[in-house]
This record gives sequence, structure tokens and C-alpha cells, in this order.
Amino acid sequence: MSLFPRFRHCGETALSVELGEGIDMDVNRRVHALHGALKRRPLAGILSMNPTYRSLFIHYDPALCSFERLMLTVQELLEEGGDAGNDLASCVDIPVCYGGELGPDLPDVAAFHGLTEDEVVRRHTAATYHVYMIGFTPGFPYLGGLDGRIATPRKKTPRPKVPAGSVGIAEKQTGIYPIESPGGWQIIGRTPLKLFDVHRDPPFLVEAGMQVRFYAISREEYEDLAY
Amino acid sequence: MKTLHIEEAGLLTTVQDGGRYGYQDKGVPVSGAMDTAALKLGNALLGNPPDAAALEISMGGFRARFLAHASFAVTGFDPQAYLNDHPVPSWTAWAAEPGDVLELRAGSSGIWHYVCLAGGLDVPLVLGSRSTYLRGRFGGLDGRALRRGDVLATGSRQRVAPKRLPEALRPPYRDHPTIRVILGPQEDAFVPESIHAFLSAPYHVTPRSDRMGMMLDGPRLRHRRSADIISEGLAFGAIQVPGQGLPFVLLADRPTTGGYAKIATVFSLDLPLLVQTAPGRLVRFQSLSLLEARELYLKHLFAFRRFLERHERGGDAYS
Repeated sequence: MSLFPRFRHCGETALSVELGEGIDMDVNRRVHALHGALKRRPLAGILSMNPTYRSLFIHYDPALCSFERLMLTVQELLEEGGDAGNDLASCVDIPVCYGGELGPDLPDVAAFHGLTEDEVVRRHTAATYHVYMIGFTPGFPYLGGLDGRIATPRKKTPRPKVPAGSVGIAEKQTGIYPIESPGGWQIIGRTPLKLFDVHRDPPFLVEAGMQVRFYAISREEYEDLAY
Repeated sequence: MKTLHIEEAGLLTTVQDGGRYGYQDKGVPVSGAMDTAALKLGNALLGNPPDAAALEISMGGFRARFLAHASFAVTGFDPQAYLNDHPVPSWTAWAAEPGDVLELRAGSSGIWHYVCLAGGLDVPLVLGSRSTYLRGRFGGLDGRALRRGDVLATGSRQRVAPKRLPEALRPPYRDHPTIRVILGPQEDAFVPESIHAFLSAPYHVTPRSDRMGMMLDGPRLRHRRSADIISEGLAFGAIQVPGQGLPFVLLADRPTTGGYAKIATVFSLDLPLLVQTAPGRLVRFQSLSLLEARELYLKHLFAFRRFLERHERGGDAYS
């Protein structure tokens, strides 16, 4: 009998459904598929859902939905299977101005690996990334698929303020800061695109389950696009 | 309808409602009132929907002038409320005339107090909620804390008759509360002695506490292997334990995901008691099973609904 799904109760109002052990593309796809299936066939009492690397977090109202009912529904949807996650696998291309004052850690990342800055940029723009999850701040994408040869540890001391649009690396992940916030990722560039704008419809540029690619732009192009 | 003119905003006053649910998959924190019971019950006294927007006032120092006839209710742990310098009872629907001055003075036991107004505060809905998320600079009044000179409007609504919330329905606030928790979701990440220590020794609330979370000081808890887990969703009241071993309780403005093992989750009916505990005071934790928690939650909800139904029929609110 499979260990998964494994249900972990988070108090009487939330349930975490784990679909696997590690950070794994297939596990993550199943998480997004389950999320999609529950959105298409909504269960009364679900207040919000949050798909993450390997689990779906479901916040529910115990007066409207019992956890037994919730667990049964999840089991049923998983048994029905299907790769419902595919409908989200659209790709977003994100322009980034690398290095300079917009990417202050690019020299360090390059030095850490004994590469030129251009080579780091070439490797960062060569990959197609999978959006494992959105978390931390509104619209912050956790991207998997970083070239292992530019994977770099977090900064020892986090910056109190990382500007919105900053593109960073932390170990084997890369991501984009949608709003100004503290942060310890190595900042290698900045995108002029707004990942999150509460006054825009839709407010979010990137969603979990999507694909993301980066391409390099000049400082001039950055300034043009920033308005 | 312009209802309230802020004369002193105090340390931190924001507009909060029941929370911004439904955008957690996009990384948007829930926010909302810290003491959800005080918000819901205050609204119920005024005939508002339970999650209507209200003022959340931290530690007093608040003064506002009414610009119109209004009904209001002040709730929370021991709010020191005055209308035109006369003490005004909390947990009570009360009427104000134009020109009346409402004050919440410092010196109360709790931390978070609510001024609910009939009709609810009328600020724009942002992603389905009127709650202020300060770090994201959206929601509430222009995404910021209130300041002197702000004018707030309420939805149109008739004044309501004075009525008081029965004692039995109010949260049983205490200076040094015992908080019931449901162990997990990662209690298996901790050595058994640490689970025992967590449930037997008192913890101090530290000043490093805000709308995002509450840092506790007491016995350090030991993980079996590592404090880190693969990042996952966070509930209101999730108790994370990072590597140094001190518990951190996640509250209204918590991030949507976190990567530390969680030893327990606070029982939702005891969250108001926990958030109202001031720095320096002690909390103790007690284990509650999931089934007991659900039963208590449902019982409480039914009592609350009976109270609401009695009101809708115009029954005696003082009973």
C-alpha cells in the first residue's frame, strides 16, 4: 500500500495532503492536478487552497465540511487520475537586466563558480523553469530547473530590503521578488515586469504549475519597459 | 456615509475584516482581524455580517469623533473605552450622535481592540477583502495604518437598539492563559521529551510579536533530525519551531508558506486568548484531540447561531 496520499491535520480547520517525499517535478504536477480538480469540482466549506512543492494545503470550515468528507473526496479525485495539471503549463517569458546595480550579486555568483558573468547569464537564460509554488510574498514564484553549475547558497546576511522585480538564486532555486521585502537570495538581475500589481486585472503574472523562461535585456530596454 | 473622523490613531490602527481567503495559492497572506472572535461578535451585536470590516486598535491611544448618527460596539480583551469621557461598556451595541468623541485609552489587559460600526467600514474591496496588509501596502485605507485626520465611511444601515453580548459567548480572556493545541502536523519531527516539555512548561510571550507572529521564550525544543521541512501551507495558529528551538506562532499576517517543522496548531477557539496575551506574560499549552476540537468548535458555533437567531426575532438580548 502506498504511503501517499498522506494526510496531515493542521488543527481542526486545515488539512495538508502530501503526495510525495521530496522536491520532484512529477509529484508537484500531481499536486497542481489535484488543486485543479478540486477547483473544478468545488466542495462546500473549502476556504482556500495552497499547492506547494509536494503537498496541497486545504483550509476548510469544519461546520460546512468534515475532514472525513474532505479526505474521501481527495482520494476519489486522485483515483480518477488524469493530468489536469497540463492546462496550466503555459509559458511566460520574462525580460531581465542582469548585473550592475540591478543585479549586485552577479559578480559574487560568477566568482563562486569561477565563471564569467556572461556565462552565468547564459546558463540562467538557457533553462525552462517549472513554477513549483507561489509563496513568501504575493506572487513570489519558486522556480525549479536551475542549472546546477550556477546553484549558489543564500547570502549569510539577508538584505533588509530587496527591490520589487529582483531575480535571485538560492541553492538550486531561482525566483523573483514581486514586492519589496527582506531577502537572502543572491540577486543577479531585475525584471521591469510587475509580477504582482493589485490594481491590475489579473494581479498575478505567474501561477504555480506554469513554465517560465528568462531573456536578457539591456539597461535601456529595462528603463523603456519599466514604464 | 462619512461616519468617523480620526483624531488620534494610536500605535497601530488598521481596517480589518474576516480575512482575504482564496488567494493563498498566489502567495497572498490571509490577514484579517487578529482576534476574530472579537470582530465577529462585535459585528453580530450590530446586525452586520460577521466578517464586516472594523477598526483594529493596538494598545489604546485612539480617539475619533463621530460625524453622523451611528451604532458601534467596542470588543476585545478589557478595552478602556470612553464616549465623551464617560466609560462605555464593551461587548455592547451603543449609539453615538454627531460630535460624540470615542476614546480607547491605554492600560487595558489585552492588545487588540475592535471598534465595529453598524453597516461596517466602507473601504474598497481588494482581492475580495477589506483587510489591510501593511507589508503589501494594499487593502484597508490605501494599504496603510490610520493616522490623524483620516475620515472613514460606513455602509448605510439603520441604527440598532442597544444590546449586550452574554458573558458566556465572549472569549474567556486571561492574563496568563492555557491554550489548547492540536499536535502536529509534524510532531513526529520532535523528540518525545520536547513534546512533553512543550505541553508542561510555561512560555513567555516576547516583545518580538506582531501581526505576523508571536515569538515565545521557554524550554528549547529539540528536533529528531532537522528543523527544516519542504515548504508548505501555514494555518492561523501554526506553531513553527526553527533550529534554535523556540516556538513561533503564526498569526493573521503570516506568510502563506513556511519551511520549519510545526509541533502543534492552536485550537481556533483559543486563538483570541493567545493573541491577546501581552509580552512578558505566560502561556501554557495543553493538548486537545482533533475530534474534541471539532466538537467544541461546532458547539460554540451553534451557541453563536442561537444568539443571532434570537436577535433576528427581536428577542431579549440581555439574557
